[in-house]
Amino acid sequence: MNHTEAQPIAEITWTGGPSPLAVNKKKLGMWLFLLSDTVTFSSLLIGYSYVRIASPDWPRPFEFYPAIVKATLMTVILLTSSLTMVLGVHAAHKNERGRAVKYILLTMLGGVLFDIIHISEWINLMINEHVTPFHNPWGSPLLGGAFFGLTGLHMLHVTIGVIYLGVIAWGFGSKRFAAEDVEVSGLYWHFVDLVWMFIFPLIYLINVAPK
Amino acid sequence: MSAHAHPVTHHAGAPHGFIRRYIFSTDHKVIGVQYWFLALAAVTVGMVLSWLFRAHLAWPNLAIPGFNGVMRPEQYLALVTMHGTIMVFFVLTVAPQSGFGNYFLPIQIGADDMAFPTLNMISFWVTFVAFFVLIAAFFTTAGAPIGGWTSYPPLSAVGSIAGPGQGTGETLWVVSIALFCLASLLTALNFISTTIEMRAQGMSLMRMPLSVWGWFVTAVLGLLAFGVLLAACILLLLDRLALTSFFVPAGLVFSDTQPALAHAGGSPLLWEHLFWFFGHPEVYIAILPAMGITSHVLSNFSRKPIFGYKAMAYSLCAIGFLSFCVWGHHMFVSGMSPYSALAFSFLTLAIGVPSAIKTFNWLGTLWGGKIQFTTAMLFAIGFVSLFVTGGLSGLFLAQPSVDLPLHDTLFVIAHFHIVMGVAAIFGIFAGTYYWFPKIFGRKMNEKLGKTHFWITFAGAYLIFMPMHWMGIMGALRRYADASAAPYLQHMAPMEHFVTICAFITGAGQLLFYFNFFWSLRRGEKAGINPWHGTSLEWSIPSPPPHGNFLEVPRVYRGPYEYGVPGYEQDYLPQNLTPEQIAKAGS
Repeated sequence: MNHTEAQPIAEITWTGGPSPLAVNKKKLGMWLFLLSDTVTFSSLLIGYSYVRIASPDWPRPFEFYPAIVKATLMTVILLTSSLTMVLGVHAAHKNERGRAVKYILLTMLGGVLFDIIHISEWINLMINEHVTPFHNPWGSPLLGGAFFGLTGLHMLHVTIGVIYLGVIAWGFGSKRFAAEDVEVSGLYWHFVDLVWMFIFPLIYLINVAPK
Repeated sequence: MSAHAHPVTHHAGAPHGFIRRYIFSTDHKVIGVQYWFLALAAVTVGMVLSWLFRAHLAWPNLAIPGFNGVMRPEQYLALVTMHGTIMVFFVLTVAPQSGFGNYFLPIQIGADDMAFPTLNMISFWVTFVAFFVLIAAFFTTAGAPIGGWTSYPPLSAVGSIAGPGQGTGETLWVVSIALFCLASLLTALNFISTTIEMRAQGMSLMRMPLSVWGWFVTAVLGLLAFGVLLAACILLLLDRLALTSFFVPAGLVFSDTQPALAHAGGSPLLWEHLFWFFGHPEVYIAILPAMGITSHVLSNFSRKPIFGYKAMAYSLCAIGFLSFCVWGHHMFVSGMSPYSALAFSFLTLAIGVPSAIKTFNWLGTLWGGKIQFTTAMLFAIGFVSLFVTGGLSGLFLAQPSVDLPLHDTLFVIAHFHIVMGVAAIFGIFAGTYYWFPKIFGRKMNEKLGKTHFWITFAGAYLIFMPMHWMGIMGALRRYADASAAPYLQHMAPMEHFVTICAFITGAGQLLFYFNFFWSLRRGEKAGINPWHGTSLEWSIPSPPPHGNFLEVPRVYRGPYEYGVPGYEQDYLPQNLTPEQIAKAGS
């Protein structure tokens, strides 16, 4: 008759109060999405590394100015926007809605600035340097493909992030969304920032023109 | 954990109106059925395609209706490509995981819906669109893609110079698969969140039905694998539309009248790595849910607890983990270092260990059980048989020295059709016959079902066993006309035999279609628990109401308490309270 007796309930259920490891559905869902997005970006970066190592004529075209200076500026802007995002999430958790919205708007501003500088960089490369996805003046044509492909997908993520943050700012300001939703959008924004921290060295820094 | 607090209140939220209820529904049950019917439509298309190319293989000079005479080689390749793509993605991935998983994962863990119902609906409709994008390839002027379901570059990356179907048709293929990846990622995310966050009180991980374990592990594989294929599809699309060269090497020449292509710098091997890093987990995405369903059904109809529950759960995890370590065994002929091949070979053979544990436990579950040979049970046993047969030929192919001559022969075709194709289909059939009463409130006809089983079971072996020998004798896949090669001509009788068996087995599926649609209307009423099952889906009405549970479910024990002594019924449902047991015992 052993297994007809159910175990005492206290042993089989949690007894109340939030478990230290418990996260809500939205946050877990966002973490899982970021995990799969990590896989996608990793595959692209591995693919890029693969063709770069396999190409003896891989060009190293980026001069200190403008490319590296611009990319460094973009890095600083993106990192700063992560800081304002942290402040926004902090304010949201303290239920200071006005301050939170202000910081989210600042974060969006960082994203927009990033996009503007990045697009100017793209235009410069295409018009002045004659780099296209399938051709460049210096060597392996894949430089353009890798550059535009990777930074393009990242820029798409930044742009979607700006729109996403806009929705969050509007919803949190009008009390439709909770502080938790701001935090979840912050996860996404930091992830986009983190991806850039791989793209910056792998696309820009190791392709600096040799002296 | 707030989702647990008041699931019953959701009942009031049942949507009104046909469109919100049956088309753009966010109810996981409706979405599960939608996926199932999408897979049924897809499998029908895929099966008809296989009849067409089987007919051509057996009678290469036969004029086939709709082909303006004899089938041309590129038409043959288009049929094979579309057959493989439709079957792998839109049948084997859609039905067992997205179909049954959507319907029964929330119910079996005691949840009222998935974690993200709207996302769930979006996933389905993206999958739906992806299917029709793929089908649209048939209607382009140059026809469907001819690159096979693996779509190897450089031929898939350079456009119509590589063949008529490699133009717009191939672009549609890549777009369709990219959409499919996106939808599957979101579904996987939803499944994992639901399993982690939405379990009822008392439903610890080690009390989940093994079917839930199957869907959960599959979702983890999907989350990590589809992202890689998505990246590969992005690069392939760039190669095709932005003329980059990720997968195209320099100096590619297609004919002596045309100069070498302008592409340079890429490598087709990159695609092979990315594709198979996804592709090997993908075959487990097809088979793991079927393993879960089989375990569930075997225990139910053996009236015995599953043998080695924990070993079953852990071996699912082990198979899932190993699936990410073995992609190189698809690439032994790609010129990889023999040391790499050795490592991939050992890791592949290692999958035999958890697979053998599962098989042992399935047999241990049957051993000494009071076996009830329902149709669902027959298909579950058939699954074990096919899994063993197909798995054993996998051990041959896992060894580089054996794989080199067998690569791209019909031996490989036979291997993966048995182990991942037909076995997974048997899992789908077992699930359909088992859960049909729950989904539609009526049982399917057992006589028709058993006839359907024996035709399909015999057919599966009769079609694919001869292919092993043909493969060993050197018959290659993707040859449109074996009679053109003198050393293959003597195999013509075997080609005839296989094709005739394929026709008969295919015709046998009409029994299933008839049984299914007839039983929807005329089947015997099922009641709440027709199979005397223990898991939570058998504690609620058939079909389940919106929100699933009439009262908040609570779980007191594991899912396989069958054959219980000293109690009037031989099973203990998971939600039976200790008080109810004490009352019945006294």
